[in-house]
Amino acid sequence: MRLNMIVNGTDVSAEVEPRLLLVHFLRDHLGLTGTHWGCDTSNCGTCVVWMDGLPVKSCTVLAVMAHGREVRTVESLEVDGKLDPVQEGFAHEHGLQCGFCTPGMMMTARWLLDNNPDPSDAEIREAISGQLCRCTGYENIVRSIRWAARKQASAPQEGHDIAPGQVVSSTLQDAGA
Amino acid sequence: MMKLRLAQPEVLIDINDLSELAYISLEGTELRIGAMTRHADLLASEVAAAHYPILREAERVIADPIVRNRGTVGGSLCQADPSEDLSAVFAALQASVVVAGSGGRRVVPIAEFHTGPYTTAVGPGEVLVEVRVPVRSGAGSAYEKLERRVGDWAVAACGAALWLEGGTVSEVGIGLTAVGAPHFRSVEAEDSLRGQVPDESAIAAAAALAARHCNPSSDQRGPEDYKRHLVGELTSRALRRAAARCVGGEA
Ligand SMILES: Cc1cc2nc3c(=O)[nH]c(=O)nc-3n(C[C@H](O)[C@H](O)[C@H](O)COP(=O)(O)OP(=O)(O)OC[C@H]3O[C@@H](n4cnc5c(N)ncnc54)[C@H](O)[C@@H]3O)c2cc1C
Ligand code: FES
Ligand code: FES
Repeated sequence: MRLNMIVNGTDVSAEVEPRLLLVHFLRDHLGLTGTHWGCDTSNCGTCVVWMDGLPVKSCTVLAVMAHGREVRTVESLEVDGKLDPVQEGFAHEHGLQCGFCTPGMMMTARWLLDNNPDPSDAEIREAISGQLCRCTGYENIVRSIRWAARKQASAPQEGHDIAPGQVVSSTLQDAGA
Repeated sequence: MMKLRLAQPEVLIDINDLSELAYISLEGTELRIGAMTRHADLLASEVAAAHYPILREAERVIADPIVRNRGTVGGSLCQADPSEDLSAVFAALQASVVVAGSGGRRVVPIAEFHTGPYTTAVGPGEVLVEVRVPVRSGAGSAYEKLERRVGDWAVAACGAALWLEGGTVSEVGIGLTAVGAPHFRSVEAEDSLRGQVPDESAIAAAAALAARHCNPSSDQRGPEDYKRHLVGELTSRALRRAAARCVGGEA
Protein backbone atom coordinates (compact mmCIF):
# COMPACT_ATOMS: atom_id res chain seq x y z
CA MET A 1 0.00 0.00 0.00
CA ARG A 2 1.16 3.51 -0.75
CA LEU A 3 1.32 5.79 2.24
CA ASN A 4 2.15 9.42 2.73
CA MET A 5 2.81 11.14 5.99
CA ILE A 6 4.80 13.96 7.48
CA VAL A 7 7.60 12.79 9.73
CA ASN A 8 9.42 15.44 11.72
CA GLY A 9 8.24 18.08 9.30
CA THR A 10 9.26 16.25 6.15
CA ASP A 11 6.87 14.64 3.66
CA VAL A 12 7.54 10.97 3.23
CA SER A 13 5.96 8.53 0.83
CA ALA A 14 6.51 4.80 0.65
CA GLU A 15 5.10 1.53 -0.57
CA VAL A 16 4.58 -0.74 2.46
CA GLU A 17 2.98 -3.99 3.47
CA PRO A 18 -0.37 -3.35 5.17
CA ARG A 19 0.73 -5.25 8.26
CA LEU A 20 3.82 -3.09 8.84
CA LEU A 21 3.80 -1.35 12.21
CA LEU A 22 4.58 2.34 12.49
CA VAL A 23 7.58 1.64 14.72
CA HIS A 24 9.14 -0.57 12.04
CA PHE A 25 8.32 1.90 9.31
CA LEU A 26 10.15 4.62 11.23
CA ARG A 27 13.13 2.46 12.07
CA ASP A 28 13.54 0.19 9.07
CA HIS A 29 12.22 2.29 6.20
CA LEU A 30 13.19 5.76 7.32
CA GLY A 31 16.24 4.82 9.37
CA LEU A 32 14.93 6.76 12.37
CA THR A 33 16.25 4.32 14.92
CA GLY A 34 15.87 6.73 17.83
CA THR A 35 12.42 5.27 18.39
CA HIS A 36 12.95 1.94 20.11
CA TRP A 37 10.99 -1.28 19.94
CA GLY A 38 10.61 -3.31 23.11
CA CYS A 39 7.65 -5.27 24.35
CA ASP A 40 5.58 -4.97 21.17
CA THR A 41 2.44 -5.12 23.30
CA SER A 42 1.81 -1.50 24.33
CA ASN A 43 3.25 -2.04 27.79
CA CYS A 44 6.76 -0.60 27.91
CA GLY A 45 6.38 2.71 26.08
CA THR A 46 9.84 2.86 24.55
CA CYS A 47 8.19 3.23 21.13
CA VAL A 48 6.27 6.40 21.99
CA VAL A 49 6.06 8.95 19.17
CA TRP A 50 3.57 11.70 18.54
CA MET A 51 0.82 11.25 15.97
CA ASP A 52 -1.13 14.40 15.14
CA GLY A 53 0.22 15.99 18.31
CA LEU A 54 -0.58 13.18 20.76
CA PRO A 55 1.83 10.61 22.18
CA VAL A 56 1.00 7.09 21.00
CA LYS A 57 2.70 3.72 21.24
CA SER A 58 3.94 3.15 17.71
CA CYS A 59 4.11 -0.63 18.14
CA THR A 60 0.31 -0.61 18.26
CA VAL A 61 -0.28 1.64 15.27
CA LEU A 62 -0.10 0.20 11.77
CA ALA A 63 2.01 2.36 9.49
CA VAL A 64 -0.96 2.76 7.14
CA MET A 65 -3.02 4.15 10.04
CA ALA A 66 -0.59 7.07 10.08
CA HIS A 67 -1.33 7.79 6.41
CA GLY A 68 -2.06 11.48 5.98
CA ARG A 69 -1.00 12.22 9.53
CA GLU A 70 1.87 14.02 11.14
CA VAL A 71 4.38 11.98 13.13
CA ARG A 72 7.04 13.34 15.43
CA THR A 73 9.92 11.26 16.74
CA VAL A 74 12.71 11.77 19.24
CA GLU A 75 15.00 12.86 16.39
CA SER A 76 12.99 16.10 16.18
CA LEU A 77 13.85 17.23 19.69
CA GLU A 78 17.26 18.56 18.79
CA VAL A 79 17.03 21.57 16.48
CA ASP A 80 20.02 23.02 14.65
CA GLY A 81 22.48 21.45 17.02
CA LYS A 82 20.63 22.64 20.12
CA LEU A 83 19.19 20.09 22.47
CA ASP A 84 15.64 20.33 23.76
CA PRO A 85 15.43 21.22 27.48
CA VAL A 86 14.07 17.72 28.07
CA GLN A 87 17.21 16.22 26.56
CA GLU A 88 19.32 18.57 28.64
CA GLY A 89 17.38 17.59 31.74
CA PHE A 90 18.05 13.89 31.15
CA ALA A 91 21.74 14.68 30.72
CA HIS A 92 21.98 16.90 33.81
CA GLU A 93 19.99 14.69 36.14
CA HIS A 94 21.29 11.35 34.95
CA GLY A 95 17.83 10.39 33.64
CA LEU A 96 19.17 7.40 31.77
CA GLN A 97 21.52 4.55 32.20
CA CYS A 98 21.22 2.13 29.28
CA GLY A 99 19.03 4.57 27.37
CA PHE A 100 16.58 2.02 26.08
CA CYS A 101 13.48 3.67 27.52
CA THR A 102 14.75 7.20 26.97
CA PRO A 103 13.28 8.11 23.56
CA GLY A 104 9.78 7.22 24.73
CA MET A 105 10.28 8.95 28.07
CA MET A 106 11.47 12.12 26.40
CA MET A 107 8.64 12.25 23.88
CA THR A 108 6.10 11.91 26.67
CA ALA A 109 7.96 14.47 28.75
CA ARG A 110 7.97 16.96 25.87
CA TRP A 111 4.22 16.52 25.46
CA LEU A 112 3.63 16.89 29.18
CA LEU A 113 5.60 20.13 29.39
CA ASP A 114 3.87 21.55 26.31
CA ASN A 115 0.53 20.98 28.03
CA ASN A 116 1.51 21.54 31.63
CA PRO A 117 4.66 23.67 31.94
CA ASP A 118 4.84 23.29 35.72
CA PRO A 119 3.84 19.72 36.56
CA SER A 120 3.99 18.35 40.09
CA ASP A 121 6.01 15.21 40.72
CA ALA A 122 2.74 13.29 40.91
CA GLU A 123 1.72 14.61 37.49
CA ILE A 124 5.09 13.65 36.03
CA ARG A 125 4.78 10.15 37.47
CA GLU A 126 1.26 9.83 36.12
CA ALA A 127 2.38 10.99 32.66
CA ILE A 128 5.13 8.36 32.40
CA SER A 129 3.13 5.63 34.13
CA GLY A 130 2.72 3.72 30.87
CA GLN A 131 6.46 3.50 30.39
CA LEU A 132 8.98 1.17 31.90
CA CYS A 133 12.57 1.85 32.84
CA ARG A 134 14.58 -1.09 34.13
CA CYS A 135 17.58 1.01 35.16
CA THR A 136 16.97 4.33 36.87
CA GLY A 137 14.29 3.57 39.41
CA TYR A 138 12.39 6.52 37.89
CA GLU A 139 13.60 9.04 40.45
CA ASN A 140 16.12 10.53 38.08
CA ILE A 141 13.65 10.55 35.22
CA VAL A 142 11.22 12.58 37.31
CA ARG A 143 14.07 14.91 38.29
CA SER A 144 15.11 15.25 34.66
CA ILE A 145 11.64 16.32 33.60
CA ARG A 146 11.37 18.71 36.50
CA TRP A 147 14.78 20.12 35.54
CA ALA A 148 13.48 20.76 32.03
CA ALA A 149 10.36 22.44 33.40
CA ARG A 150 12.44 24.78 35.56
CA LYS A 151 14.83 25.47 32.76
CA GLN A 152 11.99 26.47 30.48
CA ALA A 153 10.41 28.62 33.16
CA SER A 154 13.63 30.46 33.92
CA ALA A 155 14.74 30.93 30.35
CA PRO A 156 11.81 30.53 28.02
CA GLN A 157 13.64 32.04 25.04
CA GLU A 158 16.73 29.91 25.10
CA GLY A 159 16.89 26.44 26.41
CA HIS A 160 19.64 24.74 24.54
CA ASP A 161 22.93 25.07 26.35
CA ILE A 162 24.33 21.66 25.75
CA ALA A 163 25.63 20.78 22.32
CA PRO A 164 24.68 17.31 21.13
CA GLY A 165 27.39 14.88 22.10
CA GLN A 166 28.80 17.14 24.77
CA VAL A 167 29.66 15.32 27.96
CA VAL A 168 27.85 16.72 30.96
CA SER A 169 29.18 16.28 34.43
CA SER A 170 26.50 14.60 36.42
CA THR A 171 25.84 17.11 39.11
CA LEU A 172 22.37 17.11 40.55
CA GLN A 173 22.10 20.85 40.45
CA ASP A 174 18.69 22.36 39.91
CA ALA A 175 18.08 24.33 36.80
CA GLY A 176 17.72 28.01 37.45
CA ALA A 177 17.82 27.44 41.19
CA MET B 1 -5.54 -9.91 19.44
CA MET B 2 -3.82 -9.79 16.05
CA LYS B 3 -0.38 -9.70 17.65
CA LEU B 4 -1.21 -12.79 19.67
CA ARG B 5 -2.49 -14.40 16.46
CA LEU B 6 -5.84 -14.86 18.17
CA ALA B 7 -7.44 -12.90 15.36
CA GLN B 8 -6.27 -13.12 11.77
CA PRO B 9 -8.62 -10.93 9.78
CA GLU B 10 -8.33 -10.93 6.01
CA VAL B 11 -9.69 -7.43 5.78
CA LEU B 12 -9.18 -4.68 8.30
CA ILE B 13 -11.10 -1.41 8.22
CA ASP B 14 -9.62 1.56 10.03
CA ILE B 15 -12.49 3.45 11.65
CA ASN B 16 -10.29 6.07 13.29
CA ASP B 17 -11.46 8.63 10.75
CA LEU B 18 -15.06 8.37 11.97
CA SER B 19 -14.50 11.42 14.13
CA GLU B 20 -18.24 12.14 14.09
CA LEU B 21 -18.53 9.21 16.49
CA ALA B 22 -16.29 10.92 19.05
CA TYR B 23 -18.51 12.92 21.37
CA ILE B 24 -19.93 13.07 24.88
CA SER B 25 -23.18 14.95 25.19
CA LEU B 26 -26.19 15.27 27.38
CA GLU B 27 -29.40 14.83 25.41
CA GLY B 28 -32.61 14.98 27.33
CA THR B 29 -32.34 12.39 30.06
CA GLU B 30 -29.40 10.55 28.53
CA LEU B 31 -25.67 10.90 28.55
CA ARG B 32 -24.56 9.86 25.08
CA ILE B 33 -21.04 8.68 24.44
CA GLY B 34 -19.92 8.09 20.86
CA ALA B 35 -18.14 4.81 20.12
CA MET B 36 -14.95 6.55 18.94
CA THR B 37 -14.61 8.59 22.13
CA ARG B 38 -11.07 7.99 23.40
CA HIS B 39 -10.50 6.92 26.98
CA ALA B 40 -8.57 10.16 27.51
CA ASP B 41 -11.60 12.22 26.46
CA LEU B 42 -13.99 10.37 28.73
CA LEU B 43 -11.51 10.81 31.58
CA ALA B 44 -11.39 14.55 30.95
CA SER B 45 -15.14 15.00 30.41
CA GLU B 46 -16.72 17.33 32.94
CA VAL B 47 -20.28 16.50 31.95
CA ALA B 48 -19.64 12.77 32.36
CA ALA B 49 -17.96 13.23 35.75
CA ALA B 50 -20.64 15.62 36.98
CA HIS B 51 -23.38 13.06 36.42
CA TYR B 52 -21.50 9.86 37.05
CA PRO B 53 -18.12 10.11 38.84
CA ILE B 54 -17.74 6.36 38.25
CA LEU B 55 -16.80 7.17 34.65
CA ARG B 56 -13.82 9.29 35.62
CA GLU B 57 -12.77 6.96 38.42
CA ALA B 58 -12.75 3.99 36.09
CA GLU B 59 -11.00 5.80 33.26
CA ARG B 60 -8.25 6.89 35.62
CA VAL B 61 -7.30 3.25 36.17
CA ILE B 62 -7.80 1.91 32.64
CA ALA B 63 -4.46 1.17 31.01
CA ASP B 64 -2.09 4.19 31.05
CA PRO B 65 -2.20 7.75 29.70
CA ILE B 66 -0.63 6.88 26.33
CA VAL B 67 -2.88 3.88 25.71
CA ARG B 68 -5.83 6.05 26.75
CA ASN B 69 -4.98 8.46 23.93
CA ARG B 70 -5.85 5.75 21.40
CA GLY B 71 -8.21 3.23 23.01
CA THR B 72 -11.89 3.92 22.47
CA VAL B 73 -15.07 3.35 24.42
CA GLY B 74 -16.57 1.37 21.54
CA GLY B 75 -13.42 -0.71 21.11
CA SER B 76 -13.39 -1.56 24.80
CA LEU B 77 -16.96 -2.82 24.78
CA CYS B 78 -16.56 -4.69 21.50
CA GLN B 79 -13.30 -6.26 22.59
CA ALA B 80 -15.46 -7.79 25.35
CA ASP B 81 -12.46 -8.93 27.32
CA PRO B 82 -13.72 -10.60 30.53
CA SER B 83 -11.63 -8.04 32.48
CA GLU B 84 -12.76 -4.92 30.64
CA ASP B 85 -13.44 -2.10 33.10
CA LEU B 86 -16.00 -0.18 31.06
CA SER B 87 -18.16 -3.28 30.73
CA ALA B 88 -18.64 -3.29 34.51
CA VAL B 89 -19.15 0.47 34.54
CA PHE B 90 -21.86 0.48 31.91
CA ALA B 91 -23.49 -2.58 33.48
CA ALA B 92 -23.71 -0.65 36.77
CA LEU B 93 -25.09 2.41 34.99
CA GLN B 94 -27.73 0.31 33.22
CA ALA B 95 -26.64 1.70 29.89
CA SER B 96 -27.77 0.67 26.45
CA VAL B 97 -25.78 0.70 23.24
CA VAL B 98 -26.70 1.62 19.70
CA VAL B 99 -25.60 -0.80 17.01
CA ALA B 100 -25.78 0.30 13.37
CA GLY B 101 -25.64 -1.63 10.13
CA SER B 102 -26.92 -1.36 6.60
CA GLY B 103 -30.28 -2.55 7.91
CA GLY B 104 -30.58 0.43 10.29
CA ARG B 105 -29.96 1.00 13.96
CA ARG B 106 -31.01 -0.94 17.01
CA VAL B 107 -30.72 -0.24 20.71
CA VAL B 108 -29.41 -3.10 22.83
CA PRO B 109 -29.55 -3.06 26.64
CA ILE B 110 -26.07 -3.60 28.07
CA ALA B 111 -27.31 -6.75 29.81
CA GLU B 112 -27.87 -8.30 26.37
CA PHE B 113 -24.76 -6.88 24.73
CA HIS B 114 -22.06 -9.26 25.94
CA THR B 115 -22.88 -12.75 24.75
CA GLY B 116 -19.75 -14.39 26.19
CA PRO B 117 -16.01 -13.82 26.50
CA TYR B 118 -14.88 -11.76 23.49
CA THR B 119 -18.29 -11.97 21.86
CA THR B 120 -21.04 -9.39 21.61
CA ALA B 121 -24.40 -8.75 20.01
CA VAL B 122 -22.72 -6.79 17.21
CA GLY B 123 -23.39 -8.81 14.06
CA PRO B 124 -21.44 -9.06 10.81
CA GLY B 125 -21.60 -5.78 8.92
CA GLU B 126 -22.53 -3.84 12.05
CA VAL B 127 -20.70 -1.35 14.24
CA LEU B 128 -21.34 0.00 17.67
CA VAL B 129 -21.97 3.72 17.38
CA GLU B 130 -23.09 4.98 20.77
CA VAL B 131 -23.47 4.21 24.45
CA ARG B 132 -26.46 5.74 26.23
CA VAL B 133 -26.53 6.19 29.97
CA PRO B 134 -29.84 7.19 31.56
CA VAL B 135 -29.54 10.28 33.74
CA ARG B 136 -31.85 10.23 36.74
CA SER B 137 -31.90 12.29 39.90
CA GLY B 138 -30.66 11.05 43.26
CA ALA B 139 -27.71 9.23 41.69
CA GLY B 140 -24.38 8.34 43.24
CA SER B 141 -21.67 6.16 41.73
CA ALA B 142 -18.13 4.96 42.34
CA TYR B 143 -15.49 2.58 40.96
CA GLU B 144 -13.08 0.41 42.92
CA LYS B 145 -10.37 -1.60 41.20
CA LEU B 146 -7.42 -3.57 42.41
CA GLU B 147 -4.58 -3.92 39.91
CA ARG B 148 -1.15 -5.47 40.36
CA ARG B 149 0.57 -2.40 38.99
CA VAL B 150 -0.38 0.80 37.20
CA GLY B 151 -1.89 0.13 33.80
CA ASP B 152 -2.66 -3.51 34.41
CA TRP B 153 -5.96 -5.24 33.95
CA ALA B 154 -8.01 -5.71 37.10
CA VAL B 155 -7.44 -8.48 39.60
CA ALA B 156 -11.03 -7.61 40.44
CA ALA B 157 -13.09 -4.45 40.22
CA CYS B 158 -16.53 -3.24 41.19
CA GLY B 159 -18.56 -0.35 39.87
CA ALA B 160 -21.60 0.72 41.86
CA ALA B 161 -24.44 3.07 40.97
CA LEU B 162 -27.26 3.95 43.35
CA TRP B 163 -30.34 6.03 42.86
CA LEU B 164 -32.07 7.10 46.07
CA GLU B 165 -35.57 8.34 46.66
CA GLY B 166 -36.43 9.57 50.14
CA GLY B 167 -33.37 7.86 51.53
CA THR B 168 -34.06 4.40 50.15
CA VAL B 169 -32.63 2.73 47.10
CA SER B 170 -35.01 3.09 44.17
CA GLU B 171 -32.58 1.59 41.64
CA VAL B 172 -29.13 0.09 41.83
CA GLY B 173 -26.49 -1.30 39.51
CA ILE B 174 -23.51 -3.37 40.64
CA GLY B 175 -20.98 -4.14 37.94
CA LEU B 176 -18.11 -6.59 38.42
CA THR B 177 -15.23 -7.33 36.11
CA ALA B 178 -12.50 -9.98 35.90
CA VAL B 179 -14.41 -12.32 38.20
CA GLY B 180 -16.71 -14.19 35.82
CA ALA B 181 -19.91 -12.39 36.77
CA PRO B 182 -22.61 -13.09 34.17
CA HIS B 183 -23.00 -9.96 32.02
CA PHE B 184 -20.52 -8.18 34.32
CA ARG B 185 -23.24 -7.80 36.91
CA SER B 186 -24.34 -9.00 40.32
CA VAL B 187 -28.10 -9.28 40.04
CA GLU B 188 -28.35 -10.90 43.48
CA ALA B 189 -26.60 -8.01 45.22
CA GLU B 190 -28.69 -5.50 43.30
CA ASP B 191 -31.94 -7.22 44.28
CA SER B 192 -30.96 -7.23 47.94
CA LEU B 193 -30.49 -3.46 48.00
CA ARG B 194 -33.59 -2.27 46.18
CA GLY B 195 -35.99 -0.62 48.64
CA GLN B 196 -33.39 -0.59 51.44
CA VAL B 197 -31.68 2.25 53.24
CA PRO B 198 -28.05 1.88 52.06
CA ASP B 199 -26.57 1.62 55.55
CA GLU B 200 -23.61 -0.51 56.64
CA SER B 201 -25.60 -3.68 57.18
CA ALA B 202 -27.43 -3.46 53.83
CA ILE B 203 -24.12 -2.79 52.09
CA ALA B 204 -22.42 -5.70 53.86
CA ALA B 205 -25.26 -8.03 52.87
CA ALA B 206 -25.08 -6.93 49.22
CA ALA B 207 -21.28 -7.26 49.16
CA ALA B 208 -21.49 -10.79 50.56
CA LEU B 209 -23.98 -11.73 47.83
CA ALA B 210 -21.74 -10.25 45.14
CA ALA B 211 -18.81 -12.28 46.46
CA ARG B 212 -20.84 -15.48 46.66
CA HIS B 213 -22.40 -15.30 43.21
CA CYS B 214 -19.43 -14.39 41.02
CA ASN B 215 -17.20 -17.02 39.41
CA PRO B 216 -13.56 -15.98 39.59
CA SER B 217 -10.87 -18.35 38.42
CA SER B 218 -7.43 -18.83 39.86
CA ASP B 219 -4.73 -17.44 37.62
CA GLN B 220 -1.53 -15.41 37.74
CA ARG B 221 -3.46 -12.56 39.34
CA GLY B 222 -4.45 -14.62 42.33
CA PRO B 223 -6.37 -17.62 43.64
CA GLU B 224 -10.11 -17.87 43.44
CA ASP B 225 -10.83 -17.38 47.16
CA TYR B 226 -8.67 -14.27 47.28
CA LYS B 227 -10.58 -12.76 44.35
CA ARG B 228 -13.89 -13.62 45.98
CA HIS B 229 -12.74 -11.86 49.12
CA LEU B 230 -11.75 -8.87 47.00
CA VAL B 231 -15.17 -8.71 45.37
CA GLY B 232 -16.78 -8.41 48.79
CA GLU B 233 -14.40 -5.71 49.91
CA LEU B 234 -14.44 -3.70 46.67
CA THR B 235 -18.24 -3.93 46.44
CA SER B 236 -18.69 -2.54 49.95
CA ARG B 237 -16.24 0.28 49.29
CA ALA B 238 -17.88 1.20 45.99
CA LEU B 239 -21.38 1.08 47.48
CA ARG B 240 -20.36 3.14 50.49
CA ARG B 241 -18.85 5.86 48.35
CA ALA B 242 -21.72 5.78 45.85
CA ALA B 243 -24.25 6.17 48.67
CA ALA B 244 -22.33 9.11 50.13
CA ARG B 245 -22.49 10.83 46.75
CA CYS B 246 -26.23 10.44 46.23
CA VAL B 247 -27.93 13.78 45.98
CA GLY B 248 -30.99 13.66 48.18
CA GLY B 249 -29.56 10.61 49.85
CA GLU B 250 -30.49 11.98 53.25
CA ALA B 251 -34.08 11.08 54.08
C1 LIG C 1 -1.26 -2.08 27.79
C2 LIG C 1 -2.77 -2.09 27.82
C3 LIG C 1 -3.42 -2.06 29.03
C4 LIG C 1 -4.80 -2.06 29.07
N1 LIG C 1 -5.42 -2.03 30.29
C5 LIG C 1 -6.75 -2.02 30.34
C6 LIG C 1 -7.41 -1.99 31.59
O1 LIG C 1 -6.79 -1.93 32.65
N2 LIG C 1 -8.76 -2.02 31.60
C7 LIG C 1 -9.49 -2.05 30.45
O2 LIG C 1 -10.71 -2.06 30.53
N3 LIG C 1 -8.89 -2.06 29.25
C8 LIG C 1 -7.55 -2.05 29.17
N4 LIG C 1 -6.94 -2.08 27.95
C9 LIG C 1 -7.76 -2.11 26.71
C10 LIG C 1 -8.03 -0.72 26.24
O3 LIG C 1 -9.03 -0.25 27.10
C11 LIG C 1 -8.50 -0.56 24.79
O4 LIG C 1 -9.42 0.46 24.74
C12 LIG C 1 -9.20 -1.70 24.19
O5 LIG C 1 -8.24 -2.68 23.93
C13 LIG C 1 -9.87 -1.33 22.88
O6 LIG C 1 -8.96 -0.70 22.04
P1 LIG C 1 -9.43 0.06 20.74
O7 LIG C 1 -10.49 1.05 21.07
O8 LIG C 1 -8.23 0.53 20.03
O9 LIG C 1 -10.16 -1.06 19.91
P2 LIG C 1 -9.50 -2.10 18.91
O10 LIG C 1 -8.41 -2.82 19.56
O11 LIG C 1 -9.25 -1.41 17.63
O12 LIG C 1 -10.75 -3.06 18.72
C14 LIG C 1 -11.08 -4.07 19.65
C15 LIG C 1 -12.14 -4.98 19.00
O13 LIG C 1 -13.37 -4.30 18.90
C16 LIG C 1 -13.77 -4.14 17.56
N5 LIG C 1 -14.31 -2.78 17.48
C17 LIG C 1 -13.68 -1.62 17.82
N6 LIG C 1 -14.53 -0.59 17.70
C18 LIG C 1 -15.71 -1.08 17.26
C19 LIG C 1 -16.98 -0.49 16.96
N7 LIG C 1 -17.20 0.80 17.08
N8 LIG C 1 -17.98 -1.31 16.53
C20 LIG C 1 -17.76 -2.65 16.41
N9 LIG C 1 -16.58 -3.26 16.69
C21 LIG C 1 -15.57 -2.49 17.10
C22 LIG C 1 -12.54 -4.40 16.71
O14 LIG C 1 -12.87 -4.91 15.47
C23 LIG C 1 -11.79 -5.40 17.57
O15 LIG C 1 -12.31 -6.68 17.38
C24 LIG C 1 -5.56 -2.08 27.87
C25 LIG C 1 -4.89 -2.10 26.64
C26 LIG C 1 -3.52 -2.10 26.61
C27 LIG C 1 -2.86 -2.11 25.27
S1 FES D 1 7.33 -1.57 22.15
FE1 FES D 1 5.58 -0.33 22.10
S2 FES D 1 5.00 -0.23 24.13
FE2 FES D 1 6.68 -1.59 24.22
S1 FES E 1 17.63 3.73 31.17
FE1 FES E 1 17.67 1.60 30.85
S2 FES E 1 15.58 1.16 30.66
FE2 FES E 1 15.53 3.20 31.24
